Amino acid sequence: MKLTGAQALIKSLEHQGVEVIFGLPGGAILPVYDPILDSSIRHILVRHEQGAGHMAEGYSMATRKPGVAMVTSGPGATNIVTPLLNAYMDSTPLVVITGQVATASIGTDAFQECDITGISMGITKHNWLIKDANEIPQVIAEAFHVATTGRPGPVLVDLPKDISNATMEFYTPEPVSLAGFKQQIEPDASAVSQAAELILRAKKPVLYVGGGVIKSNGSAALKILVEQTSIPVVTTLMARGAFPDSHELNLGMPGMHGTYSAVIALQQSDLIVALGARFDDRVTGKISAFAPHAKIIHADIDPAEIGKVRKPDVVLLGECRRSIEELTRALTEKTAEANKDYKLPLELSQWHNTIKEWKNKYPLSYDRDAKDVLKPQYVIEELSKRQGEDTILAAGVGQHQMWASQYWQFNKPNTWINSGGAGTMGFAVPAAIGAKVGRPDKTVWAIDGDGCFQMTAQEIVTASAEQIPVKIAILNNAYLGMVRQWQHMFYEERYSEVYLSPDLPDYVKWAEAMGAVAFRVDTAEEVIPTIEKANEIDDRPVVIDFRTDVTERVFPMVPAGASNDEILVSAEHADSVIQ
Amino acid sequence: MESKNHHIVSALVENKSGVLARIAGLFARRGFNIYSLAVAPTNDPNLSRVTIVVDVEASLLSQVVNQLDKLINVVEIQELKPTDAVERELLLATVECSLSKRTEVIQIVTALGGEIVDVNLSGLTIEMSSSPDKLDALEELLSSYGIIKLQRTGRVALPRLTKESDTYTNQLKLA
Ligand SMILES: Cc1ncc(C[n+]2csc(CCOP(=O)(O)OP(=O)(O)O)c2C)c(N)n1
Ligand SMILES: [Mg+2]
Repeated sequence: MKLTGAQALIKSLEHQGVEVIFGLPGGAILPVYDPILDSSIRHILVRHEQGAGHMAEGYSMATRKPGVAMVTSGPGATNIVTPLLNAYMDSTPLVVITGQVATASIGTDAFQECDITGISMGITKHNWLIKDANEIPQVIAEAFHVATTGRPGPVLVDLPKDISNATMEFYTPEPVSLAGFKQQIEPDASAVSQAAELILRAKKPVLYVGGGVIKSNGSAALKILVEQTSIPVVTTLMARGAFPDSHELNLGMPGMHGTYSAVIALQQSDLIVALGARFDDRVTGKISAFAPHAKIIHADIDPAEIGKVRKPDVVLLGECRRSIEELTRALTEKTAEANKDYKLPLELSQWHNTIKEWKNKYPLSYDRDAKDVLKPQYVIEELSKRQGEDTILAAGVGQHQMWASQYWQFNKPNTWINSGGAGTMGFAVPAAIGAKVGRPDKTVWAIDGDGCFQMTAQEIVTASAEQIPVKIAILNNAYLGMVRQWQHMFYEERYSEVYLSPDLPDYVKWAEAMGAVAFRVDTAEEVIPTIEKANEIDDRPVVIDFRTDVTERVFPMVPAGASNDEILVSAEHADSVIQ
Repeated sequence: MESKNHHIVSALVENKSGVLARIAGLFARRGFNIYSLAVAPTNDPNLSRVTIVVDVEASLLSQVVNQLDKLINVVEIQELKPTDAVERELLLATVECSLSKRTEVIQIVTALGGEIVDVNLSGLTIEMSSSPDKLDALEELLSSYGIIKLQRTGRVALPRLTKESDTYTNQLKLA
């Protein structure tokens, strides 16, 4: 069958099972927009290409499928660089297609020419510049394979306009086999056995659960391992929902704004079982002081993560879910051997008691009796209480994100969509829209900051136009709150360029102008009724402008670069330490 | 000059455009230093062999190898321990050399196994292929006469045959 390159691209995407493309057309990608009219694939026209990228990420994180975005050359391509970084840092599988100027013009500074393969080299798993229309089916197959295989991540395919217009004979691509792209799925059996021995002998073990558990669909396997062993669990920012918050062995999030029990349990443990986690600096604090007495079992699919930060004692190189399953199997086998006095669940009552004391002594807390101000934590708690377990929550970046992670009750994987490694302000609105496109059956909320909201709010227009009923709670503290918090604590309250204003813009009017239903909430009494009203709206986007306490800070907090032992549990504690 | 942080990494890469940029870009953004780099196609025209001498702490070496291995165009990669590898490097140097000094210079060069490949009234161009430390020695000797131009290729290396050919594969190397 003779097709144009553009038709071949769309057909190849259909063959990959693509349901939706987030994009925005322009000169160099124009030929590809014509066959979209005849395709079964839904195209969602965004208002800014950054929105397309984050929507594709949100879609992917909610559905576990790769997200697809398509943009034109030059500024279209550079506008999607931020989502590429974001997806690269958080291992989200994305296939981004960029138009490019005609091959003969490449290298001549032609109109809207941009070396996007050069720019994106360091923030994609791989990228391709197609130089022959005949390559299209094969390259697209490779692009999806690379994006979704092993540690997932973004890829980019750059398609010059003359290639889109050229004709080619369409074919079904060969099964992808790339000589330089290999993954180890199954962990080494002897390493599994060594790991099981360490676990059986541990007195103060912790399961340090990272995003890899969610990527590998390992939540059910993890639950079995926890119940088999009774080892306490911490779930990183990327892993919230990988293990239910309702389970008493879940200590919550570790790290800079983690719970006291999660941070200190890691610090004092004698064995850390890292499952798809990468010892990020936001988790470890000062690395030389991190968990000084712990042996490390590191399970990860990416060999380059092993020993990058902390040298492991046992390496489980392979797919995270398989490593967890193999650990369970090995533990069962070893305890069944008659001559061993190992037993399951592990005898950890002392460790459990210590942790329980920490939990009781230092729970997450805020001033629940505050009269005149609306506490952001309260808003999140009430919002969370009024959701089913299946509700998906997206967040922006800043204080509101940390509070969302701390106070929302996550009980299922793939219900938490946030920007971890890159910390991209403006992620929430488009990511929520993408998630809702992928899971129209689920309620999707976003908790956003006023600063973040202003970066990508225009995508609410997309949501209204495409009838994507997402719900957005702005925790409007009139500030770039997280930066304000640092200036408060580490720059002697010298607030520099962080004030935004509570009512410029008028969020209600702005949201309404974009086709959303909008509410303003100033007091605690209005919180519940307004959430209930918002929950009932299902035919268009809803925005709630919550006017929250300007001065509230996120605690606990481990100051950047400090040891986790220096955790500050509350504002009073912080103010007594930092003068 | 050679330093104890030098390690030889040998990679077989796909012979495609942009591969060198991917390798160089990876080194730059991860803060790994390249001391020298040599690349040319192999007997299989689809593949090139790259020999990179990296200047990193030994503890970082597996990071370098593992990160490079993640590049899709890198088909095979290993560290070569100097004891398990044959290494060669080529040096070309133009030396200022009046007629009175000429015999002396030629003697030094031939004693070390080099050759004179070009001559005029005021100077000589010397070629020598050897192990990097011998080239260092030659370079030092020549410098007292005045080196005008110098080009070294950076080393190329292959595993030694006497031992197993994959003597020092990275521990985490995938099947
Ligand atoms: C694109 C981008 N620019 C700047 C930053 C630095 N930054 C991190 S949090 C933050 C403040 C966010 O303000 P807001 O959205 O109002 O959230 P809040 O902290 O007030 O909850 C800033 C500026 C960032 N993470 N991303
Ligand atoms: Mg704010």
